[in-house]
Amino acid sequence: MTDTPMIMREQQYERIVSVLHKLRAESLSRVVFLVDKNGQPIAVQGDVSNIDTTSLASLAAGNVAATGGMAQLIGEKEFPTLSHEGERESIHICIIGRTLLVVVFDDRSSLGLVKLRVKQASRELALIFEDVERDSQQKREQDDSLFAGITDDDIDSLFN
Amino acid sequence: MTFINYASREINCKIVYYGPGLCGKTTNLQYIYDSTAPASKGKLISLATETDRTLFFDFMPLELGTVRGFKTRFHLYTVPGQVFYDASRKLILKGVDGVVFVADSQEERMDANIEALYNLEENLKANGYDLMKLPYVLQLNKRDLPNVIPPDELVSELRRKDEAVHEAVAYKGVGVFDTLKSVAKQVLTELRKG
Repeated sequence: MTDTPMIMREQQYERIVSVLHKLRAESLSRVVFLVDKNGQPIAVQGDVSNIDTTSLASLAAGNVAATGGMAQLIGEKEFPTLSHEGERESIHICIIGRTLLVVVFDDRSSLGLVKLRVKQASRELALIFEDVERDSQQKREQDDSLFAGITDDDIDSLFN
Repeated sequence: MTFINYASREINCKIVYYGPGLCGKTTNLQYIYDSTAPASKGKLISLATETDRTLFFDFMPLELGTVRGFKTRFHLYTVPGQVFYDASRKLILKGVDGVVFVADSQEERMDANIEALYNLEENLKANGYDLMKLPYVLQLNKRDLPNVIPPDELVSELRRKDEAVHEAVAYKGVGVFDTLKSVAKQVLTELRKG
């Protein structure tokens, strides 16, 4: 691949979920989820029974990419946070390296509280992702051997 | 950028359908969406203008099955084909794992095909990719129309490397899954190479 794949271990995933869990509770938000900048959902906390998280992840990434493009046109590197306020539901998005932290909240919370808690969680998540990045680089060899075992038949069977 | 999640045992890959305006990129996705079992797909999201031209992108997640215990999920995107949406096209190519170039086989669209292909190479380069090294498939769409250029002529103009070429009539589904299979296979083969 042209750029390094993101490889996430179970333990790192559990750490992320626990940060998201804490953030959701402390910010009184409905749903908190983490998405990579290309729109792949990574982890989620909260009741998502009425939310299509895959679509939301892709649109959040598109949203950040579009506003990032606008930022560059006016001489900014990026807009690190985005907020969309609706009548009942609102969304706050924060960029953390290669990932986006997306918080969905309603009138039981407030943008100020969400921003404050997101700031704290961002620091913890940034540390975890430093690990993920390092691991993704180091563990390539091991994974290469895992995926090297994929046969043409394995691939063909996906399409039958 | 492939995302391998060991916790949920998933491999996520991104495939982008590229090509000139009205060549049938959205039609490819629409056909895949319409003919896939509900359990294997998510919603088809279309960010389109009021006249149904793609404004930013179309998106659909597609689950193909399991390889070595890992669920393989492909995120399919289209770009807006109209020339003035170039900034959006560049953004959508970020993190791409494989590209399908949908060419319009009609004679009068040949210049648009060449321009779009050149634009693809430029935008890939801007994102740090090289078309020559990326999983890539050429689809010759609209083969049912009367004013089409013969396939070998199109291939000689549009083929950039030894990529697979598929003739298609996207709205009828002809060649749509062959194209998808072809690019998905290449993406997984790349993963195997490491």
